[in-house]
Amino acid sequence: MTTTSEATLEAQIEELDEKTSIAAASLKMARKQPVGVAGLTVVILMIVAALFAPWLTPYHPEYNDFASMLTSPNGDYWMGTDQFGRDIFTRILFGARTALMVGFVAATIGAVAGLVLGVASAYFGGLFDLILQRVMDVFMAFPLIILAMAVVATLGPGTQNVIIAITIPFIPQCARVVRSNALAIREIPYVDAARALGFGHTRIILRHMAPNVVAPFLILFTAFVGQAILLEASLSYLGMGVQEPTPAWGLMLQGGAEEYAESAAWVAIWPGVAISLAVFGFNLFGDALRDTLDPRLRSR
Amino acid sequence: MIPTLIGAGILVFFLMRLIPGDVCELRFAGTGLYVDQEQIDVCRKNLGIDRPIFIQFTDFMIGFFTFDFGESMWTGKPILEEVGLRFELSLQVAIMATLVAIVIAIPLGAISAIHQDTWLDYAVRTFSIAGIAIPSFWFGIMIILGLLIFTNWATGIPWMPPIQYKPIWVDPIHNISQLIWPAVATGYRYSAVATRMTRSALLEVLREDYIRTARAKGLVEKIVINRHALKNAMLPVVTIIGIEFAFLMGGLVVTEQVFNLNGLGKLFVESVDNHDYAMTQALVMLVVLIFVVTNFAIDLCYAWLDPRIRYS
Repeated sequence: MTTTSEATLEAQIEELDEKTSIAAASLKMARKQPVGVAGLTVVILMIVAALFAPWLTPYHPEYNDFASMLTSPNGDYWMGTDQFGRDIFTRILFGARTALMVGFVAATIGAVAGLVLGVASAYFGGLFDLILQRVMDVFMAFPLIILAMAVVATLGPGTQNVIIAITIPFIPQCARVVRSNALAIREIPYVDAARALGFGHTRIILRHMAPNVVAPFLILFTAFVGQAILLEASLSYLGMGVQEPTPAWGLMLQGGAEEYAESAAWVAIWPGVAISLAVFGFNLFGDALRDTLDPRLRSR
Repeated sequence: MIPTLIGAGILVFFLMRLIPGDVCELRFAGTGLYVDQEQIDVCRKNLGIDRPIFIQFTDFMIGFFTFDFGESMWTGKPILEEVGLRFELSLQVAIMATLVAIVIAIPLGAISAIHQDTWLDYAVRTFSIAGIAIPSFWFGIMIILGLLIFTNWATGIPWMPPIQYKPIWVDPIHNISQLIWPAVATGYRYSAVATRMTRSALLEVLREDYIRTARAKGLVEKIVINRHALKNAMLPVVTIIGIEFAFLMGGLVVTEQVFNLNGLGKLFVESVDNHDYAMTQALVMLVVLIFVVTNFAIDLCYAWLDPRIRYS
């Protein structure tokens, strides 16, 4: 009698465990990583702002209301207006689109290219590895902003070229980290097994090795999105990035921020808050992700 | 070291020549007058950019390794002179920013590691992530704004940092009151990475056997941390601080813009704008050279910090 009830109880617990595993896991993560969840919340808020921007505000981001230039924040203009009479809140919302697009596209291309190059470099080794590493060294020796500026100067400003300029410095950074992880994986017998089965290099690199470096890859990816948003803002601030009248946070700081800092502080404050919050969110989330995924940090 | 420099030379040389339009076209376009092809050709001939590209490149590389950078293609002044004028300012800001970063990073990182997973740890980590997230140029604008508001409130007269640069040995107060703000703006940002590095390195060291031994023999916790743990945790921190310092020399572009400083970053932006090949190349090579030399210095520091590392 007791044994059967115990058995059913165990089965029930097991069933319960399986049913709630995803929910429980997320809850467990939320409890263990409150900071990470806060970061994720910011990221989700930003995505919502970007997606539903037109429905969240009555204004158009490029609409000039010359009757109310540099209005201080009030009921109509929550964050005030800039020197061209454009609603700052609206431009912040639409700016999230630019930031997210540049951030995700640059991070994705940069990280994926770095992943493939890094794994290939570790897999082939020898001369290929040596030459690739030397080339990476050259790119790594340039300050990020200088490399990005040189690329923008070559290609000309504009959103698309800014993405390219931001992507290029990411590739060696990602390749370096992925390579060191992949070097360890190459020594595991299943790679030999795959080779013994006669699989091609491409298949081994993409299907067998790349999935095993996903943890460092994901951590880098979230960091890259934050970095890309910051770099885009810096380039736009210098006038070498996204061009007017496209709403972008860095650009909003370029024209009037310093000039009007004293008389109309809201022009200078809000875009910076938006940039900081966005990058903050991605970094917090990335940190929590690292703590969760990195086996060396996990059991503490 | 040498291959990196040559590689950087190749990269910047060809990147600059990919930019549409050269310095001669740009110069005459600026006058707004009609110019015939002949004048442009003469200008190109004078600057030597009509020669085959391979000869130009060899010339540039030989010039670099013999420290003969030539003249700016835009102003015609010797590059060493133009760079020298600004090098002092950029170097001072970089040193001050690094000092700010060290002063913030090492104590905070240590506190955070010693009190791991307490509210103190969370506060320090949030503070340091904020440092990475806040753009230094915006932080700079906020500092200026804060100074204006504060001085206006305190004395009734709004005060701004001086615009004119004076070397520190000419007028130290003037110099510091101008350059401390950009140093704080960038230093806070750079301290963030170093704080996190100090924290994680110290956490690792604190789990070592020799720390347990030190505690077991009854050493005061303060000595355990300061003498035994911190010094051994400094290895990765020194690396990060060194690399940051190297990058600061050329990477101050945006901060210089905010504070209107006439440093290397501003010179770089100007020379890219003017398609001044010679100047841009020289500046990039200088930044890469500083980076490479700093890396070498970091390697030497390792041996001092960790006696187990010896270079033969």
